[in-house]
Amino acid sequence: MTMLKEGRPTTPQAVKEEHMAPATATGNRALMLEEALIFEIGSTATTGVDFADAPKVASRLGSLARTDSIGLPGLSEQETVRHYTRLSRQNYAIDLGLFPLGSCTMKHNPRLNEKVARMPGFADIHPLQPQSTVQGALAVIHELARWLVTLTGMHSVAMSPKAGAHGELCGLLAIRAALEARGDARSVILVPESAHGTNPATAAFCGYKVEDIPATPDGRVDLEALKARLGPDVAAVMITNPNTCGLFERDMKTISDAVHAAGAFVYCDGANFNAIVGRVRPGDLGVDAMHINLHKTFSTPHGGGGPGSGPVVLSEALTPFAPLPFVEKQGDKFVLVEEETAEDHHAQTFGRMVAFHGQMGMFTRALTYILSHGADGLRQVASDAVLNANYILRSLDDVLDAPFGAAGPCMHEALFSDKGLAEGFTTLDIAKGLIDEGFHPMTMYFPLVVHGAMLVEPTETESKAALDQFILALRSLAERAKKGDELLKGAPYHAPRRRLDETLAARKPVLTWSEPDLAVAAE
Amino acid sequence: MRYLPLTDTDRQEMLSVIGAETIDDLFIDVPAEARLTGTIAGLPDHASELAVERHMGALARKNLSAGEAPFFLGAGAYKHHVPASVDHLIQRGEFLTAYTPYQPEIAQGTLQVLFEFQTQVARLLGVDVANASMYDGSTACWEAIGMARRITKRGKALLSSGLHPHYVSVANTMAKFTGDALVHQAPTLDAATDIDALIASIDKDTSCVVVQYPDILGRIADLTPLAEAANAAGALLVAVVTEPVALGAIKAPGAMGADIVVGEGQSIGVGLQFGGPYLGLFGCKQKYVRQMPGRLCGETLDAAGKRGFVLTLSTREQHIRREKATSNICTNSGLCALAFSIHMTLLGEKGLRELATLNHGLAVQAADRLAQVPGVTLLNDGFFNEFTLVLTKDARDVVRNLADKGILAGVSLGRLFPDAPAIGNGLVIAVTETVTPEDIETLAAALEEELA
Repeated sequence: MTMLKEGRPTTPQAVKEEHMAPATATGNRALMLEEALIFEIGSTATTGVDFADAPKVASRLGSLARTDSIGLPGLSEQETVRHYTRLSRQNYAIDLGLFPLGSCTMKHNPRLNEKVARMPGFADIHPLQPQSTVQGALAVIHELARWLVTLTGMHSVAMSPKAGAHGELCGLLAIRAALEARGDARSVILVPESAHGTNPATAAFCGYKVEDIPATPDGRVDLEALKARLGPDVAAVMITNPNTCGLFERDMKTISDAVHAAGAFVYCDGANFNAIVGRVRPGDLGVDAMHINLHKTFSTPHGGGGPGSGPVVLSEALTPFAPLPFVEKQGDKFVLVEEETAEDHHAQTFGRMVAFHGQMGMFTRALTYILSHGADGLRQVASDAVLNANYILRSLDDVLDAPFGAAGPCMHEALFSDKGLAEGFTTLDIAKGLIDEGFHPMTMYFPLVVHGAMLVEPTETESKAALDQFILALRSLAERAKKGDELLKGAPYHAPRRRLDETLAARKPVLTWSEPDLAVAAE
Repeated sequence: MRYLPLTDTDRQEMLSVIGAETIDDLFIDVPAEARLTGTIAGLPDHASELAVERHMGALARKNLSAGEAPFFLGAGAYKHHVPASVDHLIQRGEFLTAYTPYQPEIAQGTLQVLFEFQTQVARLLGVDVANASMYDGSTACWEAIGMARRITKRGKALLSSGLHPHYVSVANTMAKFTGDALVHQAPTLDAATDIDALIASIDKDTSCVVVQYPDILGRIADLTPLAEAANAAGALLVAVVTEPVALGAIKAPGAMGADIVVGEGQSIGVGLQFGGPYLGLFGCKQKYVRQMPGRLCGETLDAAGKRGFVLTLSTREQHIRREKATSNICTNSGLCALAFSIHMTLLGEKGLRELATLNHGLAVQAADRLAQVPGVTLLNDGFFNEFTLVLTKDARDVVRNLADKGILAGVSLGRLFPDAPAIGNGLVIAVTETVTPEDIETLAAALEEELA
């Protein structure tokens, strides 16, 4: 196979012509329509719903009846459909094209998952219904839990955390409960430099002191520095594997053994589990707790920022401290355990993390995805995710600096830096240029240990043709940024908006809409 | 393996570009003893779309869905009718399959929705500003307690007896590790709320008073005296709303002086879903905005001078401040916020008030009818769409027996408060627009039989 190394021709002339086109009176550009805010187009007297008449009864609201105007505009049904349809067209999404955000794992969202999640037996049941009426829902939780435990080689799983960062909290709460149960007050969590910002935030939130562990020049945890810091005050090490440089932590088992020998626990950030699912069990590497972002590895749609779901797999040592509630099978019945039980394996639960049972709507989607792939397909997921990332790394490492390119294969994501770009050109220029090429940009400036980082994660659901097109676009942009093509600094030209002023937004925050004559930026 | 597009020919071509012989060569950094060969034992191989749909469908049919039964459950999650266009619109791929709007130039759809959502929520709760949503009501409640600690530099929170017991449990879990002292008033079957007792308990160490409105038993009370007493002592009032439809009929907590108002937004647009994903609402007074956790969307201008929206005030967040962040939260309930916002736009103020009036009217009818059943006492003087019945026997048994007859009859206080057996005869009944007069008669007749 030969790669087209010369790249795509740049199109400065086309950009210029587009700019010379006359402005439209409406601000619309053919099918790309501007859309006002609901507060500007709706009215408090308009509604898009019809209700039956309310019974004529004496109010029981007393003096608390709301008499002020709330200020909520309504739209008719058609106006509502148009408003949100028009807004949707100003969004990039995985359904439109490759979405290579490193560490975010944006893969195809199968529509069977959506169909299943909307079955009335799952979508229309109340969390406090009698258990006899929700046996199928409890079976879903039980079946998903069995997959997660088996795939990770762990002892149990806590299903209730609502997102990855919430899972981190769950893992640390279990660790702290386990330490307290043996009368061991430890105060420090060690976090490698390359960790997600949520890791140190979570540790601090749980009342721990956070200490950084440096990275080696080849992008991995500095084993000697870690060993030197271990001591009786260390409660846990939070490690991401595969890590945020896109690399596998080769010394993971050695690290775990050293941490355990020092009486501490190993927390693993499992955000990148899709790189190793079916090929490596974290339990075999000595992990005590790891959250699994169901929306990442097992594909539940992230909907513009959430919801997520972050079940946490636990080692045998942490299992007694798992949060409530949990599902057990007793005979042929599923039981939702909501209270502490006298039974030995759940006697030391640290309590409840959420009002109900976690993200059931995400569980049905994830289980549907898992059953569709099966054990063989999930192993192929990891293989293809890693293959795609290495293909991108090797197809671009002659035009973009790959700081760890010589350190061996990457896992599911390829890391580049801004080294070698012309003076004044940054990662941001390449990212905004990608928008004009029809792609969502990669993750920018993360991980923090690499200057001007560009973290590209293609995922396993991209075809070779899609990858080749993306490679050509990125190659062209790299060449333009190296040559100092000033036009690149103005990108994007073709998006619904040009570069937005984020400094202005932060300096004078306008967070809600108000009537124009009353609009005063908050101090 | 229908979701994986690479062919074996593609894989071979790509490996040759990489300079590797086999896929296994790409996993050389995994220690040999941790590398798995073949598929993991005990798990089945891939299945067709039809086979998976059948399997999941069979599990779904083992549940009794709310639409199949006379249905009266509330206590933090409510069954409301969601217009068809809401689910249609949130399934547009450009919303459904987008990520966090990190690149605002191509995420204006999501960002404008969040800006509109923040404004709708702020107006509904009666506060100056609201964030772009949180996991759910219970975690938002805990985050509000943490925010009050940061603002007041005090570590004692007073929790009302009317606060959802699961919200109390979540707060207790977190407080064990942050050192907050939580003082929770014991639940009682008392027609009056505990506002006076809360006022009497405020002292110089109090960071906040947390009160639910309407509360777990459906009671409503004027929060103004509590807000005044808290503020006079340098403490904050945190109000918790689990049924936001109520705010179409009763005064907003912000208008009664609450400093922080949090809530569960599930009622509007989201659906029951066995407990999640739900939608945490979070608003506060303008002066506290920089201490507010979670994502915020703000208005700004682009390079061509056009109005646009971006995520803002991120200097409070974990990806900038790491261990000094205001919370560790990295996501929100974006899609649920979208559903809420669309439903709210369809309702408008007119529709919301009509919906609230309909809920209240049906609830009054139901309360009056059920109170006539021998062995039933109505606890509440005032309520919105949820009230508490006191029965002559343990409500847990009644609920189980009625479920066997195909009636989903409300939430027993025994299930909510397992540590307080004295209130086990309480049954919390929620009545929304989905309840028919026939449903009310069915429940009344079944209760009569059960209590005879």
